[in-house]
Amino acid sequence: MSGTFLGMPGNFPKNAEKAVQNSQLRFNLRKATHTIRGKRASVVAELPDWKELRAAAKAVKDETLRHLDRYLVQLEEAVTRAGGHVHWARDAAEANRIVTGLVQATGESEVVKVKSMATQEIGLNEALAEHGITAYETDLAELIVQLGDDFPSHILVPAIHRNRAEIREIFLEKMPETPDGLSDEPAALAEAARLHLRERFLRSKVAISGANFMIAETGTLVVLESEGNGRMCLTLPETLISVVGIEKLLPSWRDLEIFLQLLPRSSTGERMNPYTSMWTGATEGQEFHLVLLDNGRTDVLADEVGRQALRCIRCSACLNVCPVYERTGGHAYGSVYPGPIGAILTPQLRGMGSELDASLPYASSLCGACFDVCPVAIDIPEVLVDLRAKAPHGAAERAGMRVAGWVLGDEARLAKAQRLASRVRGLVPRRLPGPLSAWTDTRDLPEIPEESFRDWWERHERP
Amino acid sequence: MRVALFITCVNDTLFPGTGKAVVSLLRRLGCEVDFPAAQTCCGQMHVNTGYRADGVRLARHFTEVFSGYDAVVAPSGSCAAMVREQYPKLVRPGSRGAAAVAEVAPKVYELSEFLVDVLKVEDVGAYFPHRVTYHPTCHSLRGLRLGDRPARLLSRVRGLELVPLPAADECCGFGGTFAVKNPAVSAAMGADKVRNVLGTGVEVLCAADNSCLMHLGGTLDRQKAGVRVMHLAEILATTEATG
Repeated sequence: MSGTFLGMPGNFPKNAEKAVQNSQLRFNLRKATHTIRGKRASVVAELPDWKELRAAAKAVKDETLRHLDRYLVQLEEAVTRAGGHVHWARDAAEANRIVTGLVQATGESEVVKVKSMATQEIGLNEALAEHGITAYETDLAELIVQLGDDFPSHILVPAIHRNRAEIREIFLEKMPETPDGLSDEPAALAEAARLHLRERFLRSKVAISGANFMIAETGTLVVLESEGNGRMCLTLPETLISVVGIEKLLPSWRDLEIFLQLLPRSSTGERMNPYTSMWTGATEGQEFHLVLLDNGRTDVLADEVGRQALRCIRCSACLNVCPVYERTGGHAYGSVYPGPIGAILTPQLRGMGSELDASLPYASSLCGACFDVCPVAIDIPEVLVDLRAKAPHGAAERAGMRVAGWVLGDEARLAKAQRLASRVRGLVPRRLPGPLSAWTDTRDLPEIPEESFRDWWERHERP
Repeated sequence: MRVALFITCVNDTLFPGTGKAVVSLLRRLGCEVDFPAAQTCCGQMHVNTGYRADGVRLARHFTEVFSGYDAVVAPSGSCAAMVREQYPKLVRPGSRGAAAVAEVAPKVYELSEFLVDVLKVEDVGAYFPHRVTYHPTCHSLRGLRLGDRPARLLSRVRGLELVPLPAADECCGFGGTFAVKNPAVSAAMGADKVRNVLGTGVEVLCAADNSCLMHLGGTLDRQKAGVRVMHLAEILATTEATG
């Protein structure tokens, strides 16, 4: 796979401009997001207590985050008691170093992987490759992305930007055992991937995963998946290494009841996911390592408004309803976390030092569709607006907003500006120059009226 | 009932006809309408673009100007939502101006809300013999939760045929400064919305926010599509005598 998103050039508006011109991409995205959106809406509507579940999930996550220090130690003790080993990683480099060391200690040079956002976030596959270790993605969509030398563009369905014909091409080119007569029927494509992967599952001695949840009370890790590849990775190899963000904790086993209802319905639009794997520590003859990843999360936790992003359970419902994501796809966001959640998570985890990251809080029309569907009630528009206040602003924009603020700060100044606009109304060109051409490239300007409302009122209505 | 008109800076400057329509409609329904001349802008553009300090200044000014009225009515779901939903978070309890926010913010209504919930009227006596579709703008829909209030008002207008808009709940792509900060995406969203509008075969696209209509109307005009945009207030103000 070709590098990580880290240090990607450009900014969101420029990336998006390119993406919206790609009609094949727009077609693929529209079809896929609308299908999942519809499925989600119908299975959510089935549950009369969805609102209560959502409120409960928010409350449980908030309580956990408030006492994260305590719960993490409880988790470490429980995992250790059950025969697992716990490692703490401050950042991506430290996590990669730990995992590389653990794989090297087994003497193996290849690993199988369960789909995991945390390992994508830290660029683990690339870090392992630098040490001669090959990581094989086993989730079908991740496999497509990996074989295609591509970037994931969605949290749940990372190859959402690809259609069947494109996937068939990738398989024929990159999986030598695939017969030339492969059709682009989904079943045929899945079967080709299955044959390709089966041999790796049986051969690999080391697996790497993430986790959807960790239970502090028992030290249990939980993975939800659809294809069964996760189950193979989690059970067959001798060594299992799980890299998990510290915010994935739940205090107790019974809290799972809430999240196992919310997650599948919000993500794949299913009542229940096909495979739920849970494990506690290590089974005899096998090794289990848990790498707890911070990588910016404690900074997010320190932010009063932004910390709600840590409630995220990576369902991607917000991506599927986002009108911006639907038209740009995930690559424009330059992060493994695209869409609305990415627009608030990436700038918090990475900071807003790069042009790209500083542009992400603006990658939204603030339409609020994301907040409505979020199963843990993250007020994404609120966090976006808060991040915009902290983002660096260009000099021209700052000057423009200062003038606007000055004019709007006093009714006499506003009235004067309105009268000036009315006087020059005949002179306004159809196409505006400079940054304002962004409006007139595709839209006509409204006609400036002869008189503002306030002047009309002053003349006609003032008692 | 003594009602203050919160015209909004966009309507004041660019769409005075909407303000005149609100005045005539509310008077027809028996309200005493006042226009506090010191009003300027609710501060939404500044806050949502990342200029919070300017926004807070404008919010304090707003609440001083509108203090003491029974109700404040705005022909804009977005600006009403700004005051009611965002002000209490913007001007924190205990800080300067918080008491004024607590007094004024709950009394700010979007027009259709005021008509249906406060005046308890759905048939406003309007006459508008045209085919119309309604776009329920995002902040009206997901901010204020206006629901079917605008549709209930429109469906009682004599002569008006209300045609459902496909994918009505999707954003039109205006989004304030989003329209110029992300012009390609904004235009793509606008084009899709306009395609849905044209599919209905209507003469008029109606909404409760002139900012969204400015974006959609500008797109329709550029395409020479022949569909007019009209604010909800302007349709509701039209009668057999005036129209």
